[in-house]
Amino acid sequence: MSILVDRETRVICQGITGKAGAFHTAGCLDYGTNLVGGVSPGKGGTKSEHGLPVFNTCHEAVAATDADATMIFVPAAFAADAAMEAADAGCALIVLITEGIPTLDMVRLREYLDDKGTLLVGPNCPGIITPGECKIGIMPGYIHQPAEDGRKAVGIISRSGTLTYEAVWQCTSRGLAQSTCVGIGGDPVKGLNFIELLELFEQDETTDAIVLIGEIGGSDEEEAAEHIRQNVTKPVVAFIAGRTAPPGKRMGHAGAIISGGEGTADSKVRALREAGVVVADSPAEIGESVAELL
Amino acid sequence: MPGMKVHEYQARQLLAEAGVPVPASRVVETAEAATAAYNDIRGRVVVKAQVFAGGRGKAGFVKLCSDAAEVRAAADFMLRNRMVSPQTGPQGIAVKKLLIASAVDIAKEYYAAVVVDRGRRRPVVMVSREGGVEIEVVAKEKPEAIVKHWLHPHLGLLEFQLAQLVAALGITAKEQVAAARKVIRGLVDVFYKYDCSLAEINPLVCTASGEVMAIDAKMNFDDNAVFRHKRLQEMFDPSEENPMELRAKEHNLSYIALEGNIGCLVNGAGLAMSTMDIIKLHGGEPANFLDVGGSVTAEGAVEAFRIILSDHKVKGVLVNIFGGIAKCDTIAEALIAAAREIGFKVPVVVRLEGTNVERARTMLKEAAIEQLITAGDLTDAAKKVCAKVA
Repeated sequence: MSILVDRETRVICQGITGKAGAFHTAGCLDYGTNLVGGVSPGKGGTKSEHGLPVFNTCHEAVAATDADATMIFVPAAFAADAAMEAADAGCALIVLITEGIPTLDMVRLREYLDDKGTLLVGPNCPGIITPGECKIGIMPGYIHQPAEDGRKAVGIISRSGTLTYEAVWQCTSRGLAQSTCVGIGGDPVKGLNFIELLELFEQDETTDAIVLIGEIGGSDEEEAAEHIRQNVTKPVVAFIAGRTAPPGKRMGHAGAIISGGEGTADSKVRALREAGVVVADSPAEIGESVAELL
Repeated sequence: MPGMKVHEYQARQLLAEAGVPVPASRVVETAEAATAAYNDIRGRVVVKAQVFAGGRGKAGFVKLCSDAAEVRAAADFMLRNRMVSPQTGPQGIAVKKLLIASAVDIAKEYYAAVVVDRGRRRPVVMVSREGGVEIEVVAKEKPEAIVKHWLHPHLGLLEFQLAQLVAALGITAKEQVAAARKVIRGLVDVFYKYDCSLAEINPLVCTASGEVMAIDAKMNFDDNAVFRHKRLQEMFDPSEENPMELRAKEHNLSYIALEGNIGCLVNGAGLAMSTMDIIKLHGGEPANFLDVGGSVTAEGAVEAFRIILSDHKVKGVLVNIFGGIAKCDTIAEALIAAAREIGFKVPVVVRLEGTNVERARTMLKEAAIEQLITAGDLTDAAKKVCAKVA
């Protein structure tokens, strides 16, 4: 078991003929992802360098391939539109890798997707992976350990890309598998957040523990802490990046009002510890902390 | 999201174009022009230095004047002296532009702002009768004094919301209601039109003669959206930015100068922050935050080395790369090029993992760079670099 994606997930790539799209499509295919085609306006009817069918629109791609998920590498200026097209075409899960999307585009996109019930991972994220089954994104596959042979497995949720790899690698090095790892991205307005994913991991039979990687800014971690206190029975390990970051480089004044003055690493660490979460002090101790709990 | 800023006079200009009433004003660059501007405006005026740094009032760079001679003296002082405030550092900053604005008799001060509420994933309009003071203080001590209306992502500001916002300000006289509506509508329009992350009027005032107008405005713009606003690109003023940070930005590097002596080169903001965290945990002090980003090229990474090594405080460098989009061999190529071009005079501890790591390790081994020390994991890397600079 896993959450959101598995070996049955049928994936297309929007932007498959671009440099990044082509490179990471190859990576996902190598990993064994069930990638069934791609979209690149104006190049419909051709084959990608990987031999996959290329379509002009998402609607054509979904009709021809029965895809239910998409991985988007479209440039920032057009990425929100690409995601809306995917949702309209019937993709149930959108993994938006693109970074630099304007916040107001994300505001409009989220509303559109919520209306349709479409799930979004990202933007500005590494993507999602169920080790051994399905990788949708840019993470290095080999660092992951599939949940098999009765290994204990962790579910990972992270606002940071590369720090997620760090946490995964530490778990794998200690013999711990991962059920699914989700990089939710660090943008202020995004798709799936800690709470929705905590719920999914709590219900997932394979997941024995949950790793939550947050960072300074906003109040998502504090809200996650409250959710954990009330609803999560599985052990949770957390790390908050930016405990030593100098203040004042991030938020405008009025933004701090909205988050009620929260957003500091201390506030997040305190909230999580009060909710019974083990918070690692060093980014190098995430894996060790999970291993000790299991 | 915090992003680009514009000067007060530019924010006023954007608001005025959106129909928000603002006092008559002129922007000048010389004392002569200031006098000429005064002769157009007349009465009492405020002379204000146009800089991003706060603390202008206390530094003497905002001055109320009643005649041409006073305006000339104030302008002369501000253009000749560097402004020093807690926000500028002891060296202060040069003032190039002044705003000469008609001073109004204020009867009542209000606050109005639009900002993105990340929790609710939509913009929120906030108004308060407690204007002219720091809104953070109001939020903390009297949160009920701030009235908020969240904007529908597709519909924007609705009529009933506008009516309720104006009512919340306690404005009831017919003409003033009409003016206040124009102000809030205009503020929301500017927020959307230019992809603001913050658009704020503080204070919004009602004058003794009953006019409603914006006296001071502050705007920040979403960095991710500046590409689609030529107007904002033209307004960009790099004079108060850190030159190294600007240089980094040109190469798509995210760099923030800090006080320590360990230079950091990392991919990903989260990992970059964590690398700083672990350096401190092992007794060291980072000299900078530097995220090379996902789509980094070898050239970009070499530039990153140039920037880090041009900081003379740097006694050691920690390179921490977990390859995803960024590839380890790209970083290895940059390390080799940087060693050849700049030369490593300080120890460079390198920790690589992820995409193409094997090829990268082979490349580095073959290049046999002096001063280069490889590390196994994050703790090992942090310990090694801290020991080297100690």
